Amino acid sequence: MDDATINQLLIIVGVLAGLLIVAPGLIWLERRLLALWQDRYGPNRAGPFGLLIVLADTLKLFFKEDWTPPFSDRFVFTLAPGIVVVTVLMSFIVVPFAPGVIVADLNIGILFFMANSSLGAYSIILGGWASNNKYSLLGSMRGAAQMISYEVFMGLSMMGVVLLSGSFSMHTIVEAQKGMWFVIPQFLGFVTFFIAGIAETHRLPFDIPEAESELIAGFHSEYSGMKFGIFFVGEYLGIILISTVTVALYFGGWLGPSFLPPLVWFILKTFGFICFFILLRASLPRPRYDQLMEYGWKILLPLTLLNLVVTAGVVLLNRGI
Amino acid sequence: MLIIFYIASFVAVIATILVITQHNLVHALLYLVVSFLAVAMVFYVLGAPFIAALEVIIYAGAIIVLLIFVIMMLNLRQESVAQEKQWLNLQIIVGPVVLAIILGAELLYMLSFEPTSGLEGNVIGAKAVGLSLYGPYVIGVELSGILLMAGIVGAYHLGRQKKKVTHRFLETQEE
Repeated sequence: MDDATINQLLIIVGVLAGLLIVAPGLIWLERRLLALWQDRYGPNRAGPFGLLIVLADTLKLFFKEDWTPPFSDRFVFTLAPGIVVVTVLMSFIVVPFAPGVIVADLNIGILFFMANSSLGAYSIILGGWASNNKYSLLGSMRGAAQMISYEVFMGLSMMGVVLLSGSFSMHTIVEAQKGMWFVIPQFLGFVTFFIAGIAETHRLPFDIPEAESELIAGFHSEYSGMKFGIFFVGEYLGIILISTVTVALYFGGWLGPSFLPPLVWFILKTFGFICFFILLRASLPRPRYDQLMEYGWKILLPLTLLNLVVTAGVVLLNRGI
Repeated sequence: MLIIFYIASFVAVIATILVITQHNLVHALLYLVVSFLAVAMVFYVLGAPFIAALEVIIYAGAIIVLLIFVIMMLNLRQESVAQEKQWLNLQIIVGPVVLAIILGAELLYMLSFEPTSGLEGNVIGAKAVGLSLYGPYVIGVELSGILLMAGIVGAYHLGRQKKKVTHRFLETQEE
């Protein structure tokens, strides 16, 4: 094997290992941060700062009874949790972590991300359907409707960035932000993309598919043991994915003052967004289901369309037509 | 690349056959998703990455989700599986299969005379697709836009709710 191949393999292994280590670590981060904002301690007994809670939680999940309900559709029931993790991990293929540190710089990078996030909806839908439980079914129907409608303007909100940089490749998009981060000309796009991102990962305040106060746990009511754990890991991976994509598209990716290496800048910015996700959970109440849909179709969709048209007009004007 | 093309098209054909022969509707739709993913792969190998991505986003990601959505609401269980089994008996499929085999044999016979071109087409990116959509084929884009608009207006008409009345004294006799 030549050096380039080894380098590529190292990047793949590094990205995979990094993500799978960080994702469970977010359990600890989330609980500590929530506790901080709610003026209590949170898990602080096991290990330094309570860090070993991650290990304890994982071990607990492994030793729990992994129960497949007899009334469920066994094959689909087992398949569903895997889909979310696979699709989210596939999306990381196109995320540029630093110059050259990218698994594959596809020239349809953003579309690849979109395709995978739309396939991720199957996890919720199939999980809820296969459970054969009315709460699960309600949860998965909500999830399907939510993810399809928010996907529409998630795609549209990213097109502003594509117009400005002239490429679907994330590497090129980050390079194009040398002069100015896209968050300034595309502020509306950033806001709508981030809201759509929260809805895609169905995190609070948009965790309507789970809604434990109305639907027990929604689409994963029947799941236990490690199958539930996989859904959980998928959710945290989704948070990391949306944070990294937001940083790459709107916050200049690895760009930053040169006293820190590019990778560190990228990780710092991503960490900021992950904390913001958790802050949202700590502070916002869950909207009603019809409010969520109305908000999406009546406010955010027109806003993204307006943003797209104005951006396209400005780009055309600057070219001097 | 040729071997990838053949594997993907083989998967697509097998998955599509399984869509027809499955008795459980949701399982059939899952095979349909696999079939769309395989077709996207074929597009990618043939040098159309943009169409491949759209195939996954729109067909596999949105349209099949809507189909599954409807099937979930219908709540079809054992009865529908039994009914599907009844529909898919040998007598019904023999006729179409024989006719399709005749056509397929003709196609193979004709292809054996044609010189086949390889996969060395140039890659058509998103920009080229956009330029031709809004250049020579702009009328098609506009017509499909009008068609979608008609669909939206129809859906709005069907889904429109009567004005909610809070008290019976306030009810009027309109509609």
